[in-house]
Formats: sequence, structure tokens, C-alpha cells
Amino acid sequence: MSRFLKFTLVAGLTVSATATVVWSGEYGLGREALPEEIAAWDVKIMPDGRGLPEGEGDVWTGEEAFIENCAVCHGDFAEGAGNWPALAGGEGTLADDDPVKTTGSYWPYLSTVWDYVNRSMPYGNAQSLSPDDVYAITAYILYSNFLVDDDFVLSNENFAEFEMPNADGFIVDDRAETEYAVWHGEPCMENCKDSVEITMRAAVLDVTPVEEEAAAPAPGEASVEEAVAEPEPEPAAAAPDPELVAAGEKVFRQCKACHQVGEGAKNRVGPQLNGVVNRAAGAVDGFRYSSALMDMAADGLIWDTESLAAFLDDPRGYMKGTKMGFAGLRSDEDIDAVTAYLMSFEE
Amino acid sequence: MSELFKGKPTSRRAFLRGSAAAAAGAVTAGAAQAGTPDPLITEVQPWAQGWGDGVDATPYGLPIEYESDVVRRNVEWLTADTISSINFTPIHALDGTITPQGCAFERHHSGAIDLRKDDYRLMINGLVDTPLVFTYADLERFPRENHVYFCECAANTGMEWAGAQLNGAQFTHGMIHNMEYTGVPLRTLLEEAGLDAAGALQDKWVYVEGADASSNGRSIPMGKALGDCLVAFKANGEALRKEHGYPVRLVVPGWEGNMWVKWLRRIEVTDGPVESREETSKYTDTLADGTSRKWTWVMDAKSIVTSPSPQAPITHGKGPLVISGLAWSGHGAITRVDVSKDGGKTWETARLAREGEAKALTRFYLDTHWDGEEMLLQSRAMDETGYIQPTKAQLREVRGENSIYHNNCIQTWWVRPNGEAENVEVS
Repeated sequence: MSRFLKFTLVAGLTVSATATVVWSGEYGLGREALPEEIAAWDVKIMPDGRGLPEGEGDVWTGEEAFIENCAVCHGDFAEGAGNWPALAGGEGTLADDDPVKTTGSYWPYLSTVWDYVNRSMPYGNAQSLSPDDVYAITAYILYSNFLVDDDFVLSNENFAEFEMPNADGFIVDDRAETEYAVWHGEPCMENCKDSVEITMRAAVLDVTPVEEEAAAPAPGEASVEEAVAEPEPEPAAAAPDPELVAAGEKVFRQCKACHQVGEGAKNRVGPQLNGVVNRAAGAVDGFRYSSALMDMAADGLIWDTESLAAFLDDPRGYMKGTKMGFAGLRSDEDIDAVTAYLMSFEE
Repeated sequence: MSELFKGKPTSRRAFLRGSAAAAAGAVTAGAAQAGTPDPLITEVQPWAQGWGDGVDATPYGLPIEYESDVVRRNVEWLTADTISSINFTPIHALDGTITPQGCAFERHHSGAIDLRKDDYRLMINGLVDTPLVFTYADLERFPRENHVYFCECAANTGMEWAGAQLNGAQFTHGMIHNMEYTGVPLRTLLEEAGLDAAGALQDKWVYVEGADASSNGRSIPMGKALGDCLVAFKANGEALRKEHGYPVRLVVPGWEGNMWVKWLRRIEVTDGPVESREETSKYTDTLADGTSRKWTWVMDAKSIVTSPSPQAPITHGKGPLVISGLAWSGHGAITRVDVSKDGGKTWETARLAREGEAKALTRFYLDTHWDGEEMLLQSRAMDETGYIQPTKAQLREVRGENSIYHNNCIQTWWVRPNGEAENVEVS
């Protein structure tokens, strides 16, 4: 019997075994999930700590891991940077006019912190932390909220003992009693109020987004204007391949959460990147670079295609201590493309 | 005339253009009476003489360029970046009830991921008889259903708690869309895995999560999971768009949009709620005394006048006017919508375009005559439970101003004699 036939026979047996299902399902569709598969995807942590892996982490290890992985958005002391969430502070403010809802002041369960850091953080590089890192970062977040001392060590052993300050701050939806029972019946149709006055206007606040007129050309004008106003660019010797630039624009989506390019680009979590290619490292005004980057800049680092490729391939391997929380680009094609895209933006 | 909404749809220029067109229409009509013929009728126009586009000019069609302002819009200051953010459906410019996918609002927590059908896997595990893995092709072999449902973000109108803030129905009420879904009941998949292992079902939960980096996990009580939840792969007849969870999302009818997990990859039967980030730190509603409501899943009855509104001013002057809007309820069908032109002193019952459908958008019209005087336009929805949409004052009395979520208050548009409208609050 040829190998091919043998293979078909085995495959056939497998199919028929699947067809005579072992599970109770009516349709016999799908297949049984393997333990390794369930272990890989089922990482949820229950409020009582069920699901936690073995491990531990202390506050000081947590501080280091936090500064490396989290501080770029959440601040060195978990106080939050820019529009990104603060994780510390806000104690006793929940009944104020402007409550400050942080991990310490609001979150009812510590399991939620561990689960979320483990599965979804760092932002843009999820599921890259070890269990010990996650314990340590969680311990540091507690410390930054003054909820533990600096010698605190969090582990799967003591996890369930910890109660968050706002654990009792929640009630189950009571709208049926407080609202539905009241806002009910036959509504008023005439003479429902004595007078009506305008008490607040959105135009006074004026926070509605404004779009540039230029972005909305009148129908018919656009094609003519574009044809006249945009002559073919002069082909320069070093001009990047337009297809590569277009591919790079797609790759850059992974970078956009933190870096801006183009007209009006501003420093965000990362510095704006106009003109970055072939420029000295650490040269954007007003951006607080990591000391690791500033050290390499002092040694004369220039972001040429070679150094940029090495950095993008393995950011933390190339620059130990970089603030850039990005795992790196997977392929040389992506690196070439994004470099070509960056070259298309001048300073 | 003051500068109100400065966005594209009612940019000053667009508004002026509209006014000018209205004026020109009036002139033409007058002129026609005087005997001046309309050249659009008397002269042969190019489109009546030559050819239009052949078939295949656009293998997948987009709206014609004159509708290019009917698009989703973002409010940049709301969030730190666009990866974990939201934008808004242009409800001021749509009619009927079905939202085209291409302009239906988006909400991502780690960006809209690119997930091929071939790479798609759905796992069911936890307290089931046999944990299972399905491929996309497997899902298409289960008996499927079609249903129209609205999906509303719990934070829709959330910026309006403390006062009138955003000037446009798109921004105040655009975190909503309404589509016809095709999919397999979640119940069918749970039963395929077998629920004997779960024992008594009334205190069991289903935890659902997505394949993106946020995973956006949510706990759903078993009763709802076995009720009307749908594992959907088509919307409005075609594949889900990437930004709405291609290839598979969960549909949780009438409940807050955050639970409609996109890129659905895992369903776990559990003995309690997971209390994930999305159901503790977010999507809980803080009351004035500092305590917070949790598990506020249902979206209560709500309505909004979509036209006239700040982005859709009246440009035709006095005379016949169609006041139009949308109403919906997560508790069932809309049974009635009333409209007030005087800020809630007197109300008229609007006409429902069709009988209200449970947990889906209902279109209402008030066909009226505008005398050119200012109006304080409001709409008030009622659903099949007898619930009446509350005023903002009623909501604040119970909840304070810091709930963020579930603001279903009656909205007021101040329409001026020039036809422009503004988002206001009234006494």
C-alpha cells in the first residue's frame, strides 16, 4: 500500500471517529479542546484568586518593572501621564464632584489588577510579562496607593488575603426599584411646566470637534484643484519606492499609539518622528528620553537605516532600558517598509 | 448668525450653501410663476446625453462623493489615542433604521485586529461536558437565525451628564448602530458542549472574551446566555467589518455594547462572575454618594430627534417640516414617541414609521408645519413595559452627575428662526 493511501485511510478513520461523537452535542461539530490549548487561552483569574499561577514579586522589583513597562503611560509613580489613566491616588474622592477613580480608590478586586496586567498589558505588547513580573507590578501598584509597605511581597499564597479599599463600594443594579417603578404610567401631554428657560448651551462650552474647511472640498472642486495643485514629484535619487512607503504606512499602525508623524506631529507617549531617519538620536525638543537612549546618543548614535533596523528588530535587546514598550517588528520587510515610510516625512 | 457646530456637515460654508440653495429654490419657484423656465429642465444636461459609468466601475461601491460628509467622527479629547477609543455614527444624516456598516460607530480597546477566517478558533470550556474548539467553517454548519438589534455603547450621551456639551446628534447620541445579524444562537453552542457538568444553571455565568490584546472579557449570567444571545458572523447581509469584530462577534440584544465581544474567541461556563476590568473599573455607574452600581447591563428606553439638529439645520424656511428621530429600548419594543416643540410644556405623539421591534431602532416622524419661530425640540420614548424616558433632572436626582454610563435623558435642541439648532438644557 502506498504511503498516500495509508495516510488517506488514517485520515478517514479520524473523520469517522469524529462523526461518532463522544460529546453530548446534537451536531457533532468542532473537536475536543486539548488541555494545552485550554491552558494557553484560559488565563482568567477569579475574584477569590482561583487561576493564579505560582509566583511572587516584591515592591522594589515591581518598581523597576513598572518603570520599564508601564511608566511611559501611567507615570513613574502610577500617577498617570497626559490623558492616560492614573493608577494611584483618589482615595476618598468617590463622592466628590470630580471623583478620581484609580486602581487604589475604585477597583473592588485585586484579581482584576493581576488579570488585566497579565493579559492586556503593557499596552501594545500584551502577554509579554512573566508571572513574577505581574506579581511584582501588582505589588508596586498597591504600594503606590499606600496600601502596603515597601517590604511587601505578593504571591499566589497571600493573594486571597488582600482586600481592596472599595470592595464594598458596589451595589447590584437597582434600577427596577429606584427608576422603573417611578418613570412609568401615562405621561403629561399639556401644561406640563409653567415656564421653560434655557439653562445651559453647548455653544458656550465650545468643545465640539472642528474640522478644517480644507478637508471638505466642495463637490467638483476637488479633482480640478488636485490636478492643478499637485504636480508629479521630482524623482530624486534617494526617493523611497512609493509601494514600500505605502506598505510602511500600514506597518506604522503598530507605532501610531505612541508616535506621530506628518504635519503638526507632536510628542505623545513617544517622540514625534518627522525627519528621524539619519538624524542624531535623542534630538526631539521637549521629549523626555530614557537615560539609556541619552547615553547612546552621547556616544554618537545616529538613526541611520542600519541602527534603526537593529533597534526595531529588538528594541530592548538593542537598547537595554529603553522606554519604548514595543516588542519589535517581526520581519525585515516590515522594517524596510516602515523606514521608507519614515523617510517620507521631513523635519 | 453665530458659529455653532463648526464641523464638516454644518460648517458655516455648508450651512450657507444650504441656505443659498433654499433661497435660490424660493426664487426659482417665484420665477417659475413669473414664467422663467428652469434650465435644469429646459436645457439638455450632460447626464441626459452621454454615458454614466459602466458596471464594475466600482466592484464594491461606496457612497457617491456628494455624501462624503456622512462619516464616522471622533472626539479627540475624549481619549488618549485612537487605538483605545470610540467614534460616532452620523445619525443626523441617516434615515430609516438600518445602519450601514461603513459608518457604524467603532469602539476598540486595543485597535481593530486583522483576523482571517482560516485563523479563527472559538473555544468553549469551563463547566461543560466536553470542552470544544470550533473553526469558522464549523459555525456555518449550525442552524442559524436572522435578527435586527441595536448596539449602544453604555457611554452614549455620557459627556452630557454635567451639562450640554457636544453640539450635534452624532456626538451626543452616535455611539449606536442597528444591524440585521446572521448567526448561531449562543445556546446552540453551549448545548453542543453540554451543560450537565454545570449542574443547576440559575447561578452559573458565561465568561466571553475576544482575540485582541485587550480581550475585553465580560461575564454574562447564564439566563441571558441561553436566551437571545447570538454568535454572529454576518451583518446587513455581508461579512462583519473588521472594526466590528470580523469574522465573529457576540450579539447581546438590548444590553450595553461593551458586552458584544468582538473577535469572539472563548466562551467559558463559570460558577461566578470573573469581575474583569471591563465590569469593575469600567462600565459601573458611580452614584452621588460614592457607591457604584454594577451589572447595569440593560440599555433603558431612549430617543433623539436626529433632524432638525445642530448638524442638520432647517434650510427651507417656513412651511412643511419633517421632524425625524430614533427611539429604542433594551427592554423590548418602542410603543410610542412624543415630541415637544416648547421644551416639554406640551407634547404631540409622533408617527412610528413601522411598528416597534424588540431591542431594535424605531424611526419616528412628526410631519408638521413650521411657523419660523424658535423651537425647543424634545422627544420622549415609551416602551412595552410602560417605562417613560426620563428628563435629565429626573436622572440626576437619582444618580448625580458622575455615572458616566447609561444616560438616557430627554435631549433638547434649540432651533432658532434662522433654522440653526443648538444642544441646550432647559429648566
